[in-house]
Amino acid sequence: MFDFYFHLPLIVRLVLQAIAVILFMFPVAAACSMAERKVCAWIQNRPGPNRTIAPIGGLLTPLGIVGRIPFLGPFLQQMGIFQLAADGGKFTFKEDPVPAHVNKFYFILAPIVAMIPALTTVAVVPVGAYYAVVNGQTILQPIVLANVDIGLLAVFAVSSLGVYAVILAGWASNSKYAFLGGVRASAQLVSYELAMTLSVLPSFLWMNKPGGQGTLSLFDAVQMQNGVWHGFSMASLHGMWGVFYMPISAFIFLVALFAETNRAPFDMAEAESELVAGFHTEYGAFKWSLFFLAEYCHMIIGSAVCILLFFGGWNILPWIPLTTLIDWLSHFIPFAAHPLFMGLVGIGIFVGKVFSFIFFFMWVRWTLPRFRYDQVMHLGWKKLLPLSIANLIFYTLGIALLQK
Amino acid sequence: MAVIQVERKPLTFAERTYIPQIIGGLWVTLKHFFQPTVTLQYPEQRPEIPKGYRGVPTLVKDPNGREKCVSCQLCEFVCPPKAIRITPGEISAESDNAHVEKGPQAFDIDMLRCIYCGLCQEVCPEEAIFLQNQFSMSGYTRAEMVNNKERLYELGGTLPDEHLKWDKKKTAEEHGNAH
Amino acid sequence: MSSDIFFYLFAAFTTGTALAVVLTKNTVASALSLLLCLVGVAGVFILLDAFLLAALMVFVYAGAVVALFLFIIMLLDAQGGDRKPFKKTAYVSGGIAFALLVVGVLSFWKSGQQTTGELGSIVPVGSTLKNYGEQLFTTYLLPVQIVGFLLLIAMLGVIVLSKKFEGLEDIK
Ligand code: SF4
Ligand code: SF4
Repeated sequence: MFDFYFHLPLIVRLVLQAIAVILFMFPVAAACSMAERKVCAWIQNRPGPNRTIAPIGGLLTPLGIVGRIPFLGPFLQQMGIFQLAADGGKFTFKEDPVPAHVNKFYFILAPIVAMIPALTTVAVVPVGAYYAVVNGQTILQPIVLANVDIGLLAVFAVSSLGVYAVILAGWASNSKYAFLGGVRASAQLVSYELAMTLSVLPSFLWMNKPGGQGTLSLFDAVQMQNGVWHGFSMASLHGMWGVFYMPISAFIFLVALFAETNRAPFDMAEAESELVAGFHTEYGAFKWSLFFLAEYCHMIIGSAVCILLFFGGWNILPWIPLTTLIDWLSHFIPFAAHPLFMGLVGIGIFVGKVFSFIFFFMWVRWTLPRFRYDQVMHLGWKKLLPLSIANLIFYTLGIALLQK
Repeated sequence: MAVIQVERKPLTFAERTYIPQIIGGLWVTLKHFFQPTVTLQYPEQRPEIPKGYRGVPTLVKDPNGREKCVSCQLCEFVCPPKAIRITPGEISAESDNAHVEKGPQAFDIDMLRCIYCGLCQEVCPEEAIFLQNQFSMSGYTRAEMVNNKERLYELGGTLPDEHLKWDKKKTAEEHGNAH
Repeated sequence: MSSDIFFYLFAAFTTGTALAVVLTKNTVASALSLLLCLVGVAGVFILLDAFLLAALMVFVYAGAVVALFLFIIMLLDAQGGDRKPFKKTAYVSGGIAFALLVVGVLSFWKSGQQTTGELGSIVPVGSTLKNYGEQLFTTYLLPVQIVGFLLLIAMLGVIVLSKKFEGLEDIK
């Protein structure tokens, strides 16, 4: 069915994939911004944006017609979908001033730099799995743009470049608030990167125990969590999600993720009660919205990685991997094992998990107050780092003993 | 004053990890997440105006339709931001209310200036000016935001008060005992 | 063939940005050029199939070290300040370094040519993680240990140096 796709020249396929990623990430990240407003509103017992509706005439005519469909239209209106379109239109068309006192080249470069890691890291994140016949054997294959066996490292490497956007924006803005935001961001991201990296090591030590294939692939990380229940034995450990046998790792990873994505309670870089808007104080219109989108893209990627490593990826429940689910479904649906269907089910489960993580991000943001800057540093260097080292040593010893 | 030394207990380990507190906080916000909203959908739903609310100052008439203001200009004088401007005038001899002698020819309240202090209502000897329920004023120009006499009476309406001091005075005068 | 074009692209990019590191007046621009230079090197590594090295290069150097550079630059000198003109010694040492580089490249060119055919058949070690790890902890164990000790010494040195200041306790 999709054979014609694989006959296209490589370069065309790559371009198509890149466009698909952009077309997926942009609206999802934008939808996240609306979800954020809605979640924040509901947590504060407010309805949130619920009035905007697209006009029948003009550019947004299709949306305007959708808005007039009974029940569906008002529901979408209540959910703020049209507000989203209005926001997008506003950010795109409003005047985009460049202040006179900024370093123009770097000022314009910064939002572009912000988008690079946000959009490129998706390439190595697997989002689902399907049965494929390779050399006569039916094996599980990941749905991923680039299946490299250093997947995790690639995500870390590219997303660590995201900090330059913040630093550049802060420095080029030539304003003290933006500048302080940039300085804070650079210190904070470097501090938490260490704890984050150390926290995932036990997971990969466990995967790559002697005799293993030696990989940092995120797909294999999920393969580690897709066993079935074998009673109370070591074999059942295989089906358990990472979070259950490495809770500390998962916890450190999650906390570091909050810090890396500059989300509250670690949003030191923008700290609006102290630094106006932090690193993007001087930005407006489309450039600002790029920063905004980049933040949500980071959140999406970060939660995706966290889910792949510790929350079972596209497996629906511990000990019920996707394969079991598909076997069960094929009793009812004849084409359940078809790659397309299976892929969609896997992606559905995975995306569902990612969205619940994003909800968790928002939930935390509207619950916790911001840490003070010294507390952030104290937590990063004096609490999380030793904890993650101790965690690493503990699991190293544990895995070594298990191997004996 | 005696100094009371409050003993501060050292934080327990659980408290120092923040985790129980964070979970508690998350629980609170989750509860609010599922609670119904408390927002008033303003233009459709209107707030209930409490008694004694100080809204837009208005002029009122008495039950006989006589304008109560006698343009004594006390309110103009007392108004802190000088929002009121009155042009006093005589009431013509043909009028039923000729005995009142004076009334405002023009009465403007600039709502861009008014601070809703209620001093005009307080000072008025005739109970002619009241701050009523009206709370939302809007307009596209500055001129629209100045309430003239017609608008003030339209907003104010009638004061259902059977006091009718000027009518009583007239009757008394006609009976010859003016004082 | 196309990878040749990419090699020249990355090589030119790396050299250009490396020159910019030295020549730009603005320290922040310098640090950013260094960042680009490191990314260019990572690109060359990818062309050599050394994905792991490339990722580590970007992760450690581009992601963390240059960020720290920028942090320090911004902390000490917000304006990015002007660089002092080169001293005579800088020209001399630069000349010597360049001469050494030329000698190195020339010698590689002269003696490396014969083995080019074999070089193509060698499986790159850095591409598979397992291989890389094994090599690092068997064949190259001594250099790894030495580098580790050097870093430890550097770290201790930093601690000793910074402890001299009084009142550091308050900063924490
Ligand atoms: S409103 Fe009252 S205070 Fe003001 S001029 Fe009229 S009578 Fe006097
Ligand atoms: S309410 Fe106060 S400010 Fe407004 S008109 Fe009356 S006296 Fe003036």
